[in-house]
Amino acid sequence: MQLSREELLSGYRTMQTIRMFEDRVNREMASGDVPGAVHLYAGQEASAVGICMHLNDGDRIASTHRGHGHCIAKGCDVNGMMAEIFGRANGICHGKGGSMHIADLDKGMMGANGIVGGGPPLICGAAMTAKYRKTGAVAVAFAGDGAFNQGTTQESLNLASIWKLPVIFAIENNGFAEATSTEYAVAGDIVARAAAYGIPAEEVNGLDLFAVHTAAQKAVERGRAGEGPSMLHIRTPRYYGHFSGDADTYRTAEEKEAMRRDQDCLKWFRQRVSEAALLDADQMDAVDTEVAALIDEAVAFARAGPPPATDEVATDVYVDY
Amino acid sequence: MPRKSYRQALNEALRHEMARDDSVIVLGEDVCGGTGASGEKDAWGGAFGVTKGLLAEFGPERIMDTPITESAFIGAAAGAAMTGLRPVAEIMFVDFLGVCFDQIFNQAAKVRYMFGGKAVTPLVIRASFGAGARSASQHSQALYPLFAHIPGLKVVVPSNPYDAKGLLIEAIRDDDPVIFLENKMLYDTEGEVPDGAYTVPFAEAGILREGDDATIVAIGRMTAVAESAAEKLAADGIDCTILDPRTISPLDEDTILDFVEETGRLVIVDEAYPRCGTAADISSIVAENAFGALKAPIIKVTPPHAPVPYAPELEEAFLPDATKVEAAVRKVMGTG
Repeated sequence: MQLSREELLSGYRTMQTIRMFEDRVNREMASGDVPGAVHLYAGQEASAVGICMHLNDGDRIASTHRGHGHCIAKGCDVNGMMAEIFGRANGICHGKGGSMHIADLDKGMMGANGIVGGGPPLICGAAMTAKYRKTGAVAVAFAGDGAFNQGTTQESLNLASIWKLPVIFAIENNGFAEATSTEYAVAGDIVARAAAYGIPAEEVNGLDLFAVHTAAQKAVERGRAGEGPSMLHIRTPRYYGHFSGDADTYRTAEEKEAMRRDQDCLKWFRQRVSEAALLDADQMDAVDTEVAALIDEAVAFARAGPPPATDEVATDVYVDY
Repeated sequence: MPRKSYRQALNEALRHEMARDDSVIVLGEDVCGGTGASGEKDAWGGAFGVTKGLLAEFGPERIMDTPITESAFIGAAAGAAMTGLRPVAEIMFVDFLGVCFDQIFNQAAKVRYMFGGKAVTPLVIRASFGAGARSASQHSQALYPLFAHIPGLKVVVPSNPYDAKGLLIEAIRDDDPVIFLENKMLYDTEGEVPDGAYTVPFAEAGILREGDDATIVAIGRMTAVAESAAEKLAADGIDCTILDPRTISPLDEDTILDFVEETGRLVIVDEAYPRCGTAADISSIVAENAFGALKAPIIKVTPPHAPVPYAPELEEAFLPDATKVEAAVRKVMGTG
């Protein structure tokens, strides 16, 4: 599918929103005003955006502890997300979830997840609903290379395959499960594992929005047509450490510098669209300015938000108890 | 009123709700039994036959055999509940929930809270529990305290066929995740069960017997044990109240406290382990709220802090029985 200029610009805008959001959260962490830890998605933007460009609000995604990018790509409100990370009452979950539990079910975003491998079973359930109700919706389980080792993910691949569920397993391999390298911790071949379950799977260059978009298109079409699950093995860099306070000493300074220099999906995109004369640099510069203002506004919104009232501590536990 | 087994009562509850609401689906290991095989397609109807016949009536889109992958299908049931269905997932033995705690404890139970009240997860997880079937340590436990400990879950333990049907219908209609535990020794027991649909509310203890001398709180099958003890005690002029909490979470604290205030004596009979268990919980609630009414220390009649054994002699020694309950009541009466 040829992307229109509007779609290209929109994809770029979303990627840049994620990048600036994460860089800004990283800076705000240093202020001491963010209560918990965050796991930043910077570097992986093309993966979330290339997939979510195919989705609408009726399609569901489940995310990970590194979930901000998926949330933004799926349409969650950036102000509400920032306020949630600050633990404020105007946060998207009223300050009860924080970074690792941002969710907006109306947008089909079934939650970031504090448990590695927690999302794939849930997404099989969302796909069951779509299949049972014949809505034509698909469900995407974002999971990392660490989660790919979890039994929950392997069980979900099996279940999705035998029930021909409209699931897309988006395995984002950023080279590390926390501080342990994928090379060490994942046996065999990731794509071959999916193939063993009878699930079509392919390697995808996560630096290339076009590559992710093309691969996701096939997977989404297959799901909508009732042909069953697919898997994408998306290789991406992870710019920051595992979490905000991670000194990230298990990678050399040279390696990290080279990663930021040579593996940047935003730079890659700008180069590609400029060479092909699809977008002007001015247009993208204007997006950068616009997004920077959006992020400033989000931080201002979050900082202006009140803390949750303490009498909310035990509300929302049950619908009725 | 017609007499039916506990198993049939549960089956009727599922039938009523599946017929009433097409968002109710059933999934679990061998809930049909025979999917993909050459013979009968509903060969088992669940490990204990509770779901027998549902396949013929509702078809394979409404009731599905799953692989033996509890994390995947319990998590899928939770995800389906979050997206508009009302799944009833069956786990053969409550003991097996150990392999999928995360999907219950961290996902299904908490999404509503974590998402600021925006998620609704109408999920029922049914499982058998309980000792007495010579099934040893991994197929006999009474693990409801583990689930009652978790905010966000409701925990139901029906003691008789009438309650089993009414509580299961209530559980399926409830918008929160419910752990519904069926004592495997009760499936063949019979009682009066109406043909139509009805509900038994949560957080309302059943008052099985009223007497002024002592209150016995008994859970699940232990209500029958308490009844036999109470019969014997009555012959000696000791009159007991027997309360069946029916739901462990929410717990009808008020009724328990009211009767303790009246009788001043409390014996709790439970086949769950003693440490941090339901009996300990009820005991602490009474100690905190009705200490002044107590004429004697509370006694808990539970198994020892040990796994469920295999040999019949050991398993009988493990379980509370009428003799132990009778002795406990005599002790709180000061006559033991």
